[in-house]
Amino acid sequence: MIGGPKNFALRLLLIAVFLAVWEAIVRVFEIPLFILPTPSNVFTALYRGIASSLYVDHVWITVTETLLGFVLGTSLAFMLGTVIALSRPVEYFLYPFVVMFQAMPKVALAPLIIVWFGLGLTSKVVNAALVAFFPLMVNTIVGLRSAEEDKVNLMKSLAATRTQIFWMLQLPNAMPYIFAGLEIAMIFALIGAIVAEFVGAQAGLGMLIQSMNFTMDVAGQFSVLLLLSLIGLGLNWIVIAVRRRVLFWDASQKFDADAAKKEAI
Amino acid sequence: MDAIARETAPATARDVIAIRKLSKTYGGTGGGVTALSEIDCTVADGEFLSIVGPSGCGKSTLLKILAGLLPASGGEALLNGSPITGARKDIGVVFQSPVLFPWRSVLGNVLLPVDVQQLGRDRMTARAMDLLKLVGLDGFEHRYPWELSGGMQQRVALVRALIHDPALLLMDEPFGALDAMTREQMNVELQRIWMERRKTVVFITHSTSEAVFLGDRVMVMTPRPGRIGDLFAVDLPRPRPLDVMTTEKFGVYVRRIRKSLNAGGGLE
Repeated sequence: MIGGPKNFALRLLLIAVFLAVWEAIVRVFEIPLFILPTPSNVFTALYRGIASSLYVDHVWITVTETLLGFVLGTSLAFMLGTVIALSRPVEYFLYPFVVMFQAMPKVALAPLIIVWFGLGLTSKVVNAALVAFFPLMVNTIVGLRSAEEDKVNLMKSLAATRTQIFWMLQLPNAMPYIFAGLEIAMIFALIGAIVAEFVGAQAGLGMLIQSMNFTMDVAGQFSVLLLLSLIGLGLNWIVIAVRRRVLFWDASQKFDADAAKKEAI
Repeated sequence: MDAIARETAPATARDVIAIRKLSKTYGGTGGGVTALSEIDCTVADGEFLSIVGPSGCGKSTLLKILAGLLPASGGEALLNGSPITGARKDIGVVFQSPVLFPWRSVLGNVLLPVDVQQLGRDRMTARAMDLLKLVGLDGFEHRYPWELSGGMQQRVALVRALIHDPALLLMDEPFGALDAMTREQMNVELQRIWMERRKTVVFITHSTSEAVFLGDRVMVMTPRPGRIGDLFAVDLPRPRPLDVMTTEKFGVYVRRIRKSLNAGGGLE
């Protein structure tokens, strides 16, 4: 069985060794800083950025864009997904649009979005929403249609209306799928916001990476990347925390929790 | 009320179910498969009717028609004098699997028909607790389905089917997924609950001994097309203990079922 305090210590040791080897290689082979900075350079850049409050504003802007885009994209995705799942005619007529749009890499739309919505916050929110939209829409459709036939028959045998079947069976039954979609959508929204910032922005961590690239501040870029993965982890954690409360009954999640518990012991 | 009922239903007033020339064909015109062929039968008020037959004999189709989940192709089925044309509020169904909603507690699952039919939770919660006690699940009302054993889950499903006091209880191989010992125990339990509440029950099974043990009457169905092979009364005193299964008389009934299944090509 993997886990235990001994292995946890080993895990930390491995990270330390990795950083030490990285530092050593850069120093021994005298790799220029604008190609590959050392871990100590990266942490120094991170410290300076945070201490000078330069990073704080940019983090705030990127997180705002991501969250607004997430809320906008997933709300629309949930509504459209629900309509498609419940109505065969709507599905039939919207299907070509959905397929076309789904096959397209949404980030490729970023330049157009900047032209349409300008260099400010709006274009980032729209782009983040666009990228976050599909994972949730698809999961909403699949989730709402996943109710077992026996459960639907039970509801029907009680003379339940379609509305009751939706609220009492289909929607709660779809929640595991919807939360899986929300987890992906959250990370996708961050990607959408960053890409839109790359294309054209006045602020945000994406823009910061771009401008550091021009000044060959590679250590700075690494420090922003580190921040971005921390933000990604944090946003993901929010979704998981909400899921734990809502989906206390979900068998697959209980399995995860049990496995995690065992691993922790 | 009664006058209207009698007008539409010339059958005996005490019959809860009257089935007349009921047939069901699946598939389109010409190439359809006949699942049920001209079934005629009645079920009296408070009677326990077992329907036994091999897979594909149409017994589940018959139950789905009675539950209003499937339209008949010909003939009619009357419940208390009115034809069953769709889902009705006065029928309780127990399926082969418990079909419990994992996001609802035991009490929440039991109250599902109350929520759907808007009977008022306040009024019905006390009744739910009584019924849970009847099946030996008092103290479990705030547990969740995944915390219960298979037999306990099926008891919850039984209580859920009884909560809205239906005129008819339909059971579709409810203990088929349980192990043999739990199954026998559930048979005894079901007999006790039925004797206490005297619901009209249509009980579908593919176990010959279960059919005889529980039924006031046993209907044997034979496949292709589904029709009644035999229909007889079980004259064994109640409450029947599990030992009754080893008696000579019980054996005679079981052999009678086998004989008509063999005649219908039901057993190989």
